[in-house]
Amino acid sequence: MVWAQVAIYLLIVTCLGLGMSYTGYFFLAPSRPRALKQEAYECGVPQMAGSRERFSVRFYLIAIMFILFDIETVFLIPWAVLYKQLGVPGLVEIGIFFAVLGFGLAYLWRRGGLEWD
Amino acid sequence: MTWLWFFAKIGVALGIIFSLGPVCIMGDRKISAWIQGRVGPNRVGPWGTFQPIADILKLMMKEVIVPDGVDKVLFLGGPLIVFIAPVFGYCVIPFGNQIGEEKLQVVNLDIGLLFIMSVLSVGVYGITLGGWASNNKFSLMGSLRASAQLISYELTFGLTMLLVVMMSASADPLKSASVDLSKIVLHQAEYGWNIFGGATWWGLPSGLIGFVLLFTCAMAENNRLPFDMAECEAELVGGYHTEYSGMGFAMYMFSEYCSMILSASLIVTLFLGGWSFPYLTDPADHSFLAGVISIGVFFTKICIILFLYIQLRWTLPRFRYDQVMSLGWKTFLPLALVNIGYMAVIGVFLEKP
Repeated sequence: MVWAQVAIYLLIVTCLGLGMSYTGYFFLAPSRPRALKQEAYECGVPQMAGSRERFSVRFYLIAIMFILFDIETVFLIPWAVLYKQLGVPGLVEIGIFFAVLGFGLAYLWRRGGLEWD
Repeated sequence: MTWLWFFAKIGVALGIIFSLGPVCIMGDRKISAWIQGRVGPNRVGPWGTFQPIADILKLMMKEVIVPDGVDKVLFLGGPLIVFIAPVFGYCVIPFGNQIGEEKLQVVNLDIGLLFIMSVLSVGVYGITLGGWASNNKFSLMGSLRASAQLISYELTFGLTMLLVVMMSASADPLKSASVDLSKIVLHQAEYGWNIFGGATWWGLPSGLIGFVLLFTCAMAENNRLPFDMAECEAELVGGYHTEYSGMGFAMYMFSEYCSMILSASLIVTLFLGGWSFPYLTDPADHSFLAGVISIGVFFTKICIILFLYIQLRWTLPRFRYDQVMSLGWKTFLPLALVNIGYMAVIGVFLEKP
């Protein structure tokens, strides 16, 4: 029932998005392609090469780090819901978890994983 | 009857977005004009109020140029993903008190907070794919920067949401708000807003820091100006939407404002008491009038947060990219972790409700 409602809402939103994005494209807007117009603008001068090139590995590292820390956030959620019932034992256990997490962050920081140069 | 209510609530939720969106665009231009001592748009309609409509009409009539060498499916699909993500996320925001049996929330999901977290992350795909598909080196750089920035601030965003879950938890499992957004608002209506630390004054520093963290992260998530690494006209031409024209460009712009509205609603729901206001709304009053008043309160709070967003845009200088990343990873992430640790200690030892 609830998820059927979610699906209906998603359907409505998708239709709205499709309508807004492509009504102009298919029905209203003119289309007069010309060779010069279809060139990628990039920065105003003719393009030297395509853009499918290598890029800095930093972005990949950031993504890996994000996955690690985000999974830890997700692990914390069940504890956060129940932390008052779990009391001191729960606090000690999550303290150990936090210590590992903090150690990981400190290690990353120390090894220069957070520097941009 | 249930379904009638359901579609009425969809109408209100979409109404909030589609009425506030153009108002935001207009407000952005008017407020920036006001701050910079200009007049701003004033030709279309009285005081230029029809300007957003004229803009949309103009952009719809414009030719959509699909440059050579782009990945056409991703190029045209990018704006759509970026638009759908924030508007879809709006379905779990409680925008008003209960009327009769019906909670004023499009879908009353138990896992509202997790749902919002997951849906908000989807918006990154639209930006990254749009930039990558453009066959433009600067767009690629802009989209990579944007995705790295978004996922960096997503961490602090998630941890601050966790803080709210902890503030709304209770020693009695039946009273605990868990991750249900409407229960989080009810908890705040009963015990005080989360920005003031929830149930106890010991939580005050935690609440204030959490609010600032969430507000700043929401700003960074929306690529608003102090954090506009994705667009940065000075370095990357126009960022990830350089190659877009016509409605594709308009969708990127409009969805930026949509996600601003979603973030503002989320901040209001999590930290500023949602639809509740002392002496003005009563959580136990389920009449129609009380429901309408609560929607009004919620709307006003969103508008205040949105004004803050726009005003901050013209007040703060923008960051350099490495400063953005180090702010996210070296300041906000440890701060959020310490904040949660503090809340855990006071929650377990001091607070006994």
